[in-house]
Formats: sequence, C-alpha cells, structure tokens
Amino acid sequence: MKVGYYPGCALHGSSNDYEQSLVACLGALDVKLKEVDGWICCGATAAHSLNSKLSMALPARNLAMAEKEGFRELFAPCPLCSMQLLKVREAVKDEAVRQELSEVVEAEIRGDAQVINLIQLFLNVGLDRLKAAVKQPLDSVTAACYYGCLLLRPPKIAKFDDCEQPTSMETLLAAVGAKTVDWSYKTECCGAGMTMASEDTVLNLAYKILDNAREHGATSLVVACPMCHINLDMKQAAVERRYGKQFNMTVYYLSDLVGLALGLSREQLGIDRHFVTEPMMGNH
Amino acid sequence: MSNPSVSSSAESLGNPRFVLPPGTGQIKKAETSSAAEVELIEILARTKIAHCYQCGKCTAGCPVAEQMEMGPTKLIRFMQIGSVDKALRSNSIWQCVSCLTCSSRCPKEVDCAALMDALRELSLQQGKVSPQAQQIVTFQRAFLDNIRRNGRLNEFDLIARFKSEVAIGTRQLSFLFKDASLALQLRKRKKLHFGKKSSADLDVVARIFARCVEDES
Repeated sequence: MKVGYYPGCALHGSSNDYEQSLVACLGALDVKLKEVDGWICCGATAAHSLNSKLSMALPARNLAMAEKEGFRELFAPCPLCSMQLLKVREAVKDEAVRQELSEVVEAEIRGDAQVINLIQLFLNVGLDRLKAAVKQPLDSVTAACYYGCLLLRPPKIAKFDDCEQPTSMETLLAAVGAKTVDWSYKTECCGAGMTMASEDTVLNLAYKILDNAREHGATSLVVACPMCHINLDMKQAAVERRYGKQFNMTVYYLSDLVGLALGLSREQLGIDRHFVTEPMMGNH
Repeated sequence: MSNPSVSSSAESLGNPRFVLPPGTGQIKKAETSSAAEVELIEILARTKIAHCYQCGKCTAGCPVAEQMEMGPTKLIRFMQIGSVDKALRSNSIWQCVSCLTCSSRCPKEVDCAALMDALRELSLQQGKVSPQAQQIVTFQRAFLDNIRRNGRLNEFDLIARFKSEVAIGTRQLSFLFKDASLALQLRKRKKLHFGKKSSADLDVVARIFARCVEDES
C-alpha cells in the first residue's frame, strides 16, 4: 500500500520521533509513505487566529500539490494539519471558492484526495491484518487513549468516530493486545500550540489530563498528535514541578505501541528519544 | 426555522467567499459601526451571532473559561448588543486554545471557535489587542513570519525570535534563557534542528503571502 504523506512541520522538527515511529511501524505493515513534493506549512494556529485567508491558502497549496502527484489518499499524522486540509476540501466544494483559491496558490485544487489521520490509516490496514501481524502482545500495557481535539472536532468536518465518546484507538489497541482504561479526559484539550506562547495554560491542562489518566489506573498515555505528545511528554517534568506530583507517565504515539506489538524495538521506534522513557512495565 | 444549520446560515450571509468582501480594508482605519463589524465577523466566521440563545454550554465546556475575564457566552452577548469593541479588546479571545469544544456542542450550531478566530483577526487589524495578550500575539506573528521566510517552520529560528522579542518588549532578559536547559535536552534527543533543506518553493510562498496579507500600514 502506497500512501501520500504530508508530514507537517512538527514531524520534521522536534517531533521527528513521531515520524521515525510511523515509518518503522507502517513499514512493518508494508505501508509505504510517499512524501508530498514541495509541501509547505499549513499555517497552524497562527494562521487561523490572525489571518483567515492564509489559513485557507497554505493548506490549499498542499492539497493541490498532493493531488497533482495523483494521491487518492493523503495521510496527515498531525491532527491540526489534517483538519486544515479537511477544511479546504470542504470549502472547495463551492466552485467559485475552488477557482479563487487555485489562483491564489498557483495550483489546481480538485478536492478529491481523501485526507486521513493515523487511526484511519491503521483501520484501513485492517484489524484482522494487525492481529495476524502481532508478535509481542502488549499485555503489560495499561493505556489511557488520549484523542485531544482535532481528530474529532468539529464533527461535521472531521467525520470521524464519536466526538464525545471515541473508541477507535481502544479498538486498535485491543487488536494488538493492550489493555486500555475508561477515563474522563479523552477529548479534553492539552493546550496544543500554546506550549511556548502561554506555558501556564498548557501546564494546567496537561496536569488535569495526566492526573485523570493516573487516577483511572493508566500507566501510559497514547496519542496520535505531535502537540499532545510535546505537552504531555516534554512538559511532564514541568507539570510535576508546578503541581508537586510525580506522574512518570510514558506517552506513546499510537504507532509506538502498534510497532512494539509487531516486534519492533524501542530504539527502532524512537521511544528512547522521548522525555519520559521508563521501560514499559506494569507498575501495579 | 427551529434549528438552522451552519450551511443555511452561511448561505443567508450571501455565500461568503474565501476572499474578504469589498470594504473590509476600510474598516480598520475608518469609523466603524458595530453593525458593520458584526456582519464582517459573521462572514469571517461563517456563522450567525443572533442564533445564540445564551444557554452557556460553550462556556461550560471551555477548558480555559476559568482564566478568561469573560467566557465565550458573554463575548457573544457583547456582540449581540453591539459592544463589539469590548470583545475585540478582551484578553479572553487570546486565551482560547481553539479546541472547538464550544462549536461542537452548541445546540444552535453557532461556530463559536470560528468567532474567536474572527475576533482575533479583527482585533489585530484594528490595533485592539489586549496588553495582556501581547506575548501570545508576538508568538503567532513570529510564527507566520517564519513560514513566510522559510516555507516550513524553522523551530530554532522561531524560538530565538520569539524569545528575543518578548525579552526586549518586557525588558526581562531572563526570559531569553528560561528554557535553555530544555534546548539542550532537545538537542540530546536529536530533536532540535537549525534548519533543514526543503523542497518548498519559497517564491510561491512569498506570492501566497503577498496575496493574503494586507498592508499593515
């Protein structure tokens, strides 16, 4: 299976462990990622907060570039990138908008490439295939699946899972033998792109998420978003200092856990490059 | 119409286009009537402010409402009664983390998160950014400027610029070094790069920016 791949800036920056994990894990499932040639930043929160035109034009350029290469499916592992692409796809259903945007970005946008997130990509591979490929069932993992915001919201555009009670990650992890917990903060926000701009906000929100996950018996968190990972993993030590509580909560990318189940090593998946790197053990 | 959908309310706004309607440019300079501003905000946000019946569900689910001087329900109410300026000058619009919980739960399908975006855009255009929100705005402007120059985010460049601008603006040089140890830790984990070769076409990026960014004069 060959899939168009829009990495986005985070995966080529400080979240390059996420890309390493994806390439290793998906490679083991014979999914080849073909990076979109000439992609640019989607503008992220800065664009949609400060300039509505840019927030459409930047992802529109990327969608057009992907479609030019003939990708029917475009995999965007960052939920914000993914959401910005989906919004463009929705907007260009209006022919006048489609033409105008195409002119602005100097490339024809058709809007026919399917934009998919990591969970959808795994579901496309198929639960049966995943189950069959498991070499190392993850029975020592008790994870809280953390979806955050943009995989699910707004539901009219995301059109994915249940935006209040999602279960797709739990289904995937059950297929590879991991236990998951029921908890209350699955879809609460971690503060996303405010990591630098408003650190207090992020520490407060990340604290609530980590605390609730632990209260419900999780020993690790699973995410499918680079910003969630930064706020919960990289900022975890700062959260612990601020709130005087130790979590020592491993934060896995979804592809880390699937990859471990497929028999890949922590080093192959880049788990050793996380900030919280306790070896995976049941600590109950 | 018991429960108007977002799309039908968008149509009633005259099928908003990607590009702002004529006259937008004048608003920032000239006398602004509140009604015109409300209309512009609705076009930008593709939603209807009048549809809000003040149930408070947006504020109830907002993860940062406790740190806002007024939550989303009140911000919308100010717009409904014509006090757009209050909303534009508030720090609250910059506290919003764009999680979209409000928009997803609104029983009247008011796209509250899109209203926050529209308010921020106008607030910046009109020079009404709350002094307490300067740091957030500095970060976001530095972010966009970074993309304009590099096509893709250069994190090191962004952090350096953001930190020096805030340090100079607040005259707190310590801000420059606040996360110095974090930089080292990122470096150790091969997560910090000083710029990578990319296939992004910087000329196209520059032209896209030129078409989208109005003069700040």
